[in-house]
Amino acid sequence: MTGADFCELTSALKYDFFTGVPDSTLGTALKVLESDLRYLYVPAVREDNAVGMAVGAYLGGKNPVVLMQNSGLGLCLNALTSLVSLYKIPLLLVIGWRGADEFDAPEHILMGSASPALLTAVGIPFWIPARDDVTSSLSVASLRSRSENSPVALLIRERVID
Amino acid sequence: MNTSTNEAVVVANGYLSRQAFWCRDLSTNFYMLGSMGLALSIGLGVALAQPHRRVAVLDGDGNLLMSLGALAMAGHMAPPNLMHIVIDNQQYASTGGQASLSGSVKMQMLALAAGYRIALEASDQAQLSEALEQMRATEGPSFLRVLVSAGVEVAPRVPRSPEEIARTFRKSIAGNET
Repeated sequence: MTGADFCELTSALKYDFFTGVPDSTLGTALKVLESDLRYLYVPAVREDNAVGMAVGAYLGGKNPVVLMQNSGLGLCLNALTSLVSLYKIPLLLVIGWRGADEFDAPEHILMGSASPALLTAVGIPFWIPARDDVTSSLSVASLRSRSENSPVALLIRERVID
Repeated sequence: MNTSTNEAVVVANGYLSRQAFWCRDLSTNFYMLGSMGLALSIGLGVALAQPHRRVAVLDGDGNLLMSLGALAMAGHMAPPNLMHIVIDNQQYASTGGQASLSGSVKMQMLALAAGYRIALEASDQAQLSEALEQMRATEGPSFLRVLVSAGVEVAPRVPRSPEEIARTFRKSIAGNET
């Protein structure tokens, strides 16, 4: 799926506030979000700030998405647990999954292998779509998020969105 | 700035939230319970989602220092409806009064350097009233440091579920739009 298609699909699901911290896995989508004025993308300096801002946007009536690399997942765990899950905020997390296998750069290997377990540990349901499954994963994840008022995550491997 | 609607207020976790609740609970108040450091990020999100409503962030010095990068986000987006007020008691009161580093930081200069339009300081009631008046009369983002003494009366916890805090606030400020 192209980054542009991903943004359109997300937007069609009524998500209307995008924030995050850059990640190469999500690079093409971020490029569209930054340049296409149809999307409201607000850059954040850290993943926890992105999550906080997304929650504020939700409280102000928006439907937010946070994009990040999984290295930032550890950084924002407190925001996810003591803000998003605590207040039951239906937040969509789109997480670029570096270190999904051992062939990535060394700094990504440990967090890469721990990422699914971390999400499980804090009770955030997640999907790992293949290229052809992004549409259905996104649709199922957003339904779940809104029906349960909970955060959900897509773990995006390299070349799934390009 | 249109002031026909109530200001939304995001209150930082710790004693600030508790005191705000027991002092004057409003449906337009959002009480943070956890996620220390994120008051400004949350307030910025509200301000961007609700550009026609003034949004005040009631922050603490420990909260501000935990996430200084958020100043850059607020300065960059520069929502004119954002007021950022830091209640500075130079300590982490709710964890036992450990010293914060705020005495060493010229936080108004940080705010201005990040892109805030004005940055004020108040250390008594008269200065506070004057500063708030000035903030409401000018476009933001605006910054106010309020110097207070340590050792306040401890208020009980906010007796409302987190889910209800969020629902009440969102309904109150965005009820017709969602």
